Amino acid sequence: MEDQLLDKSVIETGEMILNMGPQHPSTHGVLRLKIHTDGEIVSKIEPIIGYLHRCFEKHCEQLPYEQIVPFTDRCDYLASMHMDHAFSITVEKLLDIELPERVEYIRVIVAELQRIASHLIAVGAFGLDVGAITPFTWTLRDRERILDLFETLCGARLLYNYIWPGGVSHDLPPLFVERTLKFLDYFDPQIDELNDLLTTNKIFIERSADVGVIPADIGINFGVSGPSLRGSGVNFDLRKNEPYSIYGKFDFDVPIGKGEMGTVGDCWDRYYVRVLEMRESAKIIRQACAQLPAGDVHVAMPKKIRPDIGEVYGRYESARGDVGFYIISNGKNIPLRVKMRSPAFCNLSILSEISEGWMISDVIAILGSLDIVLGEIDR
Amino acid sequence: MTSIVDSIQKTFWSTYVEFPFLFTGIIVIGGIVIFIVMAVNALIAVYFERKVSAFMQDRLGPMEVGILGFKGGKNFWGGIGQTLADAIKLLVKEDILPKDADKILMILSPFIIFTAALLTFIGVPFSQNFVISDFNIGLFYIVAMSSIGVIGIILAGWSSNNKWSLYGSMRAAAQIISYEIPIGLSLLLVVLVTGSLHLGDIVQWQENHRWFILHSPFTFMAFFIYFISVVAETNRTPFDIPEAESELVAGWMTEYSGFRWALFFLSEYANILIVCIVASIVFLGGWLSPLHLFNIFPASWDLLDGPVMGFFWIFFKAIMLIFVMMWFRWTFPRLRVDQLMYLCWKVFIPFALANLFLVSLWELII
Repeated sequence: MEDQLLDKSVIETGEMILNMGPQHPSTHGVLRLKIHTDGEIVSKIEPIIGYLHRCFEKHCEQLPYEQIVPFTDRCDYLASMHMDHAFSITVEKLLDIELPERVEYIRVIVAELQRIASHLIAVGAFGLDVGAITPFTWTLRDRERILDLFETLCGARLLYNYIWPGGVSHDLPPLFVERTLKFLDYFDPQIDELNDLLTTNKIFIERSADVGVIPADIGINFGVSGPSLRGSGVNFDLRKNEPYSIYGKFDFDVPIGKGEMGTVGDCWDRYYVRVLEMRESAKIIRQACAQLPAGDVHVAMPKKIRPDIGEVYGRYESARGDVGFYIISNGKNIPLRVKMRSPAFCNLSILSEISEGWMISDVIAILGSLDIVLGEIDR
Repeated sequence: MTSIVDSIQKTFWSTYVEFPFLFTGIIVIGGIVIFIVMAVNALIAVYFERKVSAFMQDRLGPMEVGILGFKGGKNFWGGIGQTLADAIKLLVKEDILPKDADKILMILSPFIIFTAALLTFIGVPFSQNFVISDFNIGLFYIVAMSSIGVIGIILAGWSSNNKWSLYGSMRAAAQIISYEIPIGLSLLLVVLVTGSLHLGDIVQWQENHRWFILHSPFTFMAFFIYFISVVAETNRTPFDIPEAESELVAGWMTEYSGFRWALFFLSEYANILIVCIVASIVFLGGWLSPLHLFNIFPASWDLLDGPVMGFFWIFFKAIMLIFVMMWFRWTFPRLRVDQLMYLCWKVFIPFALANLFLVSLWELII
């Protein structure tokens, strides 16, 4: 009897394949994870992407340069300003034009506000993934204020189309700087509150410390960038290492993961780097607001942007990491080829590597700590 | 302590009502009382939870739905009708059974869970003389009946033919059965001191001596072990891994909708009320007025004793505990499965056992 029960030919034992997504509450969009599990333990993960593919790169081959910006907006819909900024500085590099100082300052202010907004979502959603609901509503509440600021700036709350090649669409509205500073004064204590509620919570630390460690060398090999790589203790931030725009003028630190609660490069470090980056962004905005010069908000551009024949690669530090635009121009007003390096795509590629042997709950936490945006992965 | 069943029997004994009628009457009356308590509890608790979570999250919560002709809006009654509207919505919703599900078990399992909650209420007193049936093994009965529900959970997860449901039900089974042990051990400690399983006797003992939470350091600790364990047993955050909406979609309830889901919901909130009432009876003096803890009040405060005020006190204590459970839910993240098991088997059970031993010594020495 006992032999019969334990007979492997009668009772089939093996891995179970669990399809997580594309409709699942915590895959941050329409990501599908094919998880091979043995009970709760995960042995292999295959991320399957493409559910949100919108032919961004193909669209770019059909459109004039200035009309591509609304499409870059929709790539990373949580950090649209960054995408516009990245694309614009690449086109400007191709055109080789100098911008008025005011443009650069405005761009830095909105980009850093956007970084705070994006990190607020990342931090809150990571809390949501490990089961804490309240921090998410708090961070969304603060994000609303930034979106309100952007609404006064350009009328849109999510997809701005504000930063164009050659400038920005409008000058800052009256009182924008004052409102921004008021928001920052309000926002700093909110980070402390978030730390009290979530960051230092014992259960939260248990769930995220030592989980999903990305060793620095493996992270670099996989092309991980942004806060996810800095969480592993790699001090690499394009704003410092290859300053674009006017980031060289500002005084700010690059927070890196120190392994305070566990190992360097665990989920907690990646989470905490984002929290600290919000403070640094606030610091940059304060400096930029104080130094904001007067002047034009766009350079005189021709009706049709026609760069010379050539190619250019522009790098940009977005909220998710190293965004790259590679543009080939054949001298017409439509680019021959636009290739985008998506940081979230590279960050996602390490998921299978680091979540082997962890539990299903941990996979959710690891995915949350990588802070992916499917719009950017699928493009 | 007299019970409803006893008083019905006593009233009708002399009138020569046939036994089958009497028996049916007792069942019907008892069932109606329990069902009213369960339904009202769910209505109030859901509204309460929404408001508590809303205020913790810097929101307003339901504000728009009014009730009985009172329009909602920025009034204090705004949103009161929300729960009622939700209940009606659940009742009229299309009932979906997945094609490949085991239909008989899937239909059966909500009733098993509901029956477990219903049966448990038979032994739960709502006041000094208000209990459906007065057992002399009341505490044992409640603990035994409240663990039946897990069978329904396993069946629900299995019969849904969904991997998420299966995960949820396996987690629930492991969790609920494990946490029965610290609950049992910490209640056993009270039984050890009072020498009775009868809830009336336990409260009587507390009236004669002092509340159990204040009785000794070990009973104080037993209360916390009990309370945290019942949070785990009722699947509330931070122990809500069987439902874990960010991991398992909705756990073992994933495939359920409409009325069947409402039954789960009703039993869940009923279980919360049961464990909180048991906690308040066993550790917090049940229907005794807390004003007697401090001997500073004049004798006229004695008016706040008695069976009628007993209702108030017992529900006051229970609702305070329910509030703490809600507070947990909207503050803490969720533990992982292995951490949950670690907490139970390596922390609570050894501590509860040590507690049991130490309280015996305490009783011997002091």
